[in-house]
Amino acid sequence: MVKELFSSLGVDCNILELDQVDDGASVQEVLSEITNQRTVPNIFVNKVHVGGCDRTFQAHQSGLLQKLLQEDPAYDYDLIVIGGGSGGLSCAQEAAALGRRVMVLDLVVPSPQGTSWGLGGTCVNVGCIPKQLMHQAALLGQALADSRRFGWECAQQVKHNWETMTEAIQKHVGSLNWSYQRALREKAVAYVNSYGEFVEHHKIKATNGKGQETCYTAAKFVIATGERPRYLGIRGDKEYCITSDDLFSLPYCPGATLVVGASSVALECAGFLAGLGLEVTVMVRSQLLRGFDQEMAEKVASSMQQLGVRFLRKFVPVEVQQLEKGSPGKLKVVAKSTEGTEMIEGLYNTVLLAIGRDSCTKKIGLEKIGVKVNEKTGKIPVNDVEQSSVPYVYAVGDVVEGKPELTPVAVQAGRLLARRLFGGRLEKCDYINAPTVVFTPLEYGCCGYAEEKAVEVYRKENLEGESVSEAEHGESRESSESVLCRSTGATDRARRTCRSTTLCSGLSSGQWPAETATPVTRRLSAANSTMCSPPWRSRSPRGWTSRRRAAEAKPLLSLSLSRCRFCEDGVLSGKPGDSVGARRRDSSSAVHPPG
Amino acid sequence: MAREERDWEKRRRNELLRGPCCLRCCSSVLWWECAQQVKHNWETMTEAIQKHVGSLNWSYQRALREKAVAYVNSYGEFVEHHKIKATNGKGQETCYTAAKFVIATGERPRYLGIRGDKEYCITSDDLFSLPYCPGATLVVGASSVALECAGFLAGLGLEVTVMVRSQLLRGFDQEMAEKVASSMQQLGVRFLRKFVPVEVQQLEKGSPGKLKVVAKSTEGTEMIEGLYNTVLLAIGRDSCTKKIGLEKIGVKVNEKTGKIPVNDVEQSSVPYVYAVGDVVEGKPELTPVAVQAGRLLARRLFGGRLEKCDYINAPTVVFTPLEYGCCGYAEEKAVEVYRKENLEVYHTLFWPLEWTVACRDSNTCYAKIICSKFDNDRVIGFHVLGPKAGEITQGFAAAMKCGLTKQLLDDTIGIHPTCAQDDVGVTFGTWFLRAELQYRQLSVDSCRFLPVGRCSPPWRSRSPRGWTSRRRAAEAKPLLSLSLSRCRFCEDGVLSGKPGDSVGARRRDSSSAVHPPG
Repeated sequence: MVKELFSSLGVDCNILELDQVDDGASVQEVLSEITNQRTVPNIFVNKVHVGGCDRTFQAHQSGLLQKLLQEDPAYDYDLIVIGGGSGGLSCAQEAAALGRRVMVLDLVVPSPQGTSWGLGGTCVNVGCIPKQLMHQAALLGQALADSRRFGWECAQQVKHNWETMTEAIQKHVGSLNWSYQRALREKAVAYVNSYGEFVEHHKIKATNGKGQETCYTAAKFVIATGERPRYLGIRGDKEYCITSDDLFSLPYCPGATLVVGASSVALECAGFLAGLGLEVTVMVRSQLLRGFDQEMAEKVASSMQQLGVRFLRKFVPVEVQQLEKGSPGKLKVVAKSTEGTEMIEGLYNTVLLAIGRDSCTKKIGLEKIGVKVNEKTGKIPVNDVEQSSVPYVYAVGDVVEGKPELTPVAVQAGRLLARRLFGGRLEKCDYINAPTVVFTPLEYGCCGYAEEKAVEVYRKENLEGESVSEAEHGESRESSESVLCRSTGATDRARRTCRSTTLCSGLSSGQWPAETATPVTRRLSAANSTMCSPPWRSRSPRGWTSRRRAAEAKPLLSLSLSRCRFCEDGVLSGKPGDSVGARRRDSSSAVHPPG
Repeated sequence: MAREERDWEKRRRNELLRGPCCLRCCSSVLWWECAQQVKHNWETMTEAIQKHVGSLNWSYQRALREKAVAYVNSYGEFVEHHKIKATNGKGQETCYTAAKFVIATGERPRYLGIRGDKEYCITSDDLFSLPYCPGATLVVGASSVALECAGFLAGLGLEVTVMVRSQLLRGFDQEMAEKVASSMQQLGVRFLRKFVPVEVQQLEKGSPGKLKVVAKSTEGTEMIEGLYNTVLLAIGRDSCTKKIGLEKIGVKVNEKTGKIPVNDVEQSSVPYVYAVGDVVEGKPELTPVAVQAGRLLARRLFGGRLEKCDYINAPTVVFTPLEYGCCGYAEEKAVEVYRKENLEVYHTLFWPLEWTVACRDSNTCYAKIICSKFDNDRVIGFHVLGPKAGEITQGFAAAMKCGLTKQLLDDTIGIHPTCAQDDVGVTFGTWFLRAELQYRQLSVDSCRFLPVGRCSPPWRSRSPRGWTSRRRAAEAKPLLSLSLSRCRFCEDGVLSGKPGDSVGARRRDSSSAVHPPG
């Protein structure tokens, strides 16, 4: 009867006739142990025990049978996510909220210096969050210095305690780890603190910290393993250098620091270390902030120079030697010019490598199931629904090729992916016009095209560059810029902002592009933005200047004039940047006594 | 120019507050170590500010000279058509004639008209150059000027009381106004509601002296007395249109307010007389608006241009210690214009990352947007209470000009981590991504699990994470989540009683530790 039912439903089933096999009796023993049922037929649907004949018909009438039949066959989970970072967690949680069985595999391989951390990925543990808090610590130092001019009187001896700061930050990060775990538990996502590695199709091997291995199967997989800092591959780098993975939980103050690299990570770390009163040198191989607008990148660098950060351009380290042990020790760095044969040496307490990040796609068995990986970058190419070359394997976050490496992007992509896979939704993640901010002491925010890219895409003659610079109480300066596209279409005469970029001080610069991103997607035009009356007192663009037109009239005068107008030192001539820098340095060294 | 200077001063004072404000809230204890004896020197501050204001005065004069504008330091008064009499400080009179006139005389603070007000009280005109620290201050009024002054005085460590006749921040969103007030209460500002002063007596002379203020309840016959060092009046501003001879040439002036009604090209009832700025009737009293209106007026008059000033959707910010920025309609106004059933209000509490380690209250910062349901969920009102609200509002104002809708906000990827970021890095715009359902689930569940009295671990604390439709949330369980979450993470663990009060008390204690009394 059951056979007839299944054939009427059009379902293929495996039938084991116990009286026709040799070990029928022992099979029956085992079945009764598992199911508490000795009678036949004994029906299983997709690994789930249904029962005998009556039970099966009941299940058919109640609809349970159909539900069981529809489920993907024979996998432990509907979805296994490898990597518990921003993208992975958002995807896992969303899938679980849609009623699926989800597992997250997350194991942090300790850095060469032995640093390791909990659930949450780079952003929470060794990225945005601790970085932002240290940035805030540095800004507070600046605010303390500024506050004197505003009448706040405190003893001259203000110093910074690195240990107190890292402790507070690590406490915060720890609470975040805990809350992520709790969130997974609440959503009934299985979280396994193990390293995942594909062994065959739909099957993954999870190895925990003690080396114990377990295998799990799933219908779908999401790779969200992210990236880890790259090492130089020179003598002494893994032994003596640290990376951003180690910096935020460093138990001692790093002292005089050499930052190698010019990525946003490098400049952000250099910025807050300098803000905390340390001597910081940045060694740059070629370009600052590759991929960002180069004019703005140079302005970021010069703002950092004013803070006292030293830049060594066109040099690469060739060797790191330890002269003294200690916390921090003393390191000698030998560097070679990229343009000639010049060699320089420098002594530092700490060397921080921030030369880039490598995707963690090498040792997770992707080759065994045939997922295509870009040989050079290690990134996974995906189509517009985040699907890799193997249809049931998806990827989100930093491991995805050609997409912005930003937490909110990963979160958005992960969440939308889960909805598409299990929620019957169709929305794709929109990677265009994601705003981003480099949290250097003077923050740099941007959205849309860099000028170089805009020229490439729209051609120079169709673009208009505008800039604005505003001085504020002689202490901080800012400038912001936007590139407008003069549409050449006869019908569409609207000028559209292709890029809007700000460089300004305080906590706020991050906020500005965030909302400007919306108008950018919505075709903000110059007319719109200037007609909008700013809340006067807020740091708002008071008059954009067309750079092209200004250059024709009086080259950059407006910029340099407004820069100095309110500066108390009154540097109207000479190099405003330098003298402001000198003043800054003096006043800040009063706050941070040397050593 | 006066207004601009005032704005600059306020701005600077806010800047000034911010550093020490963070400092007070335990970051100094946490990260930067300095001697516990931090105190504020009023004289140093006013001197620095007046120096800056002076340089602004100078630069304006220079700008006029460079543009060949004749600047005469005299009081103007119409004597007949096209003719004005200018009286300088020494009483010398000169007459000038012109083809066209622009009235831009602005406003000056109003006095109460009670015994002792002009003798002993000061206004915002005096405060910024006051040569001595004002001490314990009574601020009369609840305008933005009143709250801003009360806010920075409290931030400087002074004892501040605000006396409010009826409504806080009239014309602003009232829900936000109450939140502004409660954030100020947390800073230690005391509010006396429904009272008006009836008499000010001087008990002692000095810098500052000692004043006794007698106030009467607006609702009964109750009288109260209070002792203060300084009484600051901020009950409103009167247009300076009475003594400039407008009646002689027949310019119509609103009898009650003293404001000048103009048409859409800023023209008064006398065709050759125009008005811009705060004296114009029914227009926002904001510097950028005045600047824009003045510039466009000149272009229309002499440049052959036609653009009119667009007064709609001018964003504005109240620079209280926790800033309040808004753009577009207040909720009350939106309900009036669009009717309640056509609106959807989304709101969220947020906790800036910088506040987490500093252990500052996690349920103070608040944002809401008002959407018109039948216009594609277009955002018609934006309100935010939090640090740097000015900057945030600026961006949203531009977006609203472009016809921002909720869908567009949903589609915008955020910046991580910014003040408005969500726990996993979604900013302001994308907070909407969180579904209402999820929100409800979260707040209820986390209430159940949360230990009370622990210093706020982040995840649980930014409780209503993501924008929530207030209507839908209310239907589910009226305001439960909000009231629960308000107390949940407070260090004092005040789950009952009046959380605001005891939090306020706590804050006050800790701040008085930093600023020794006196």
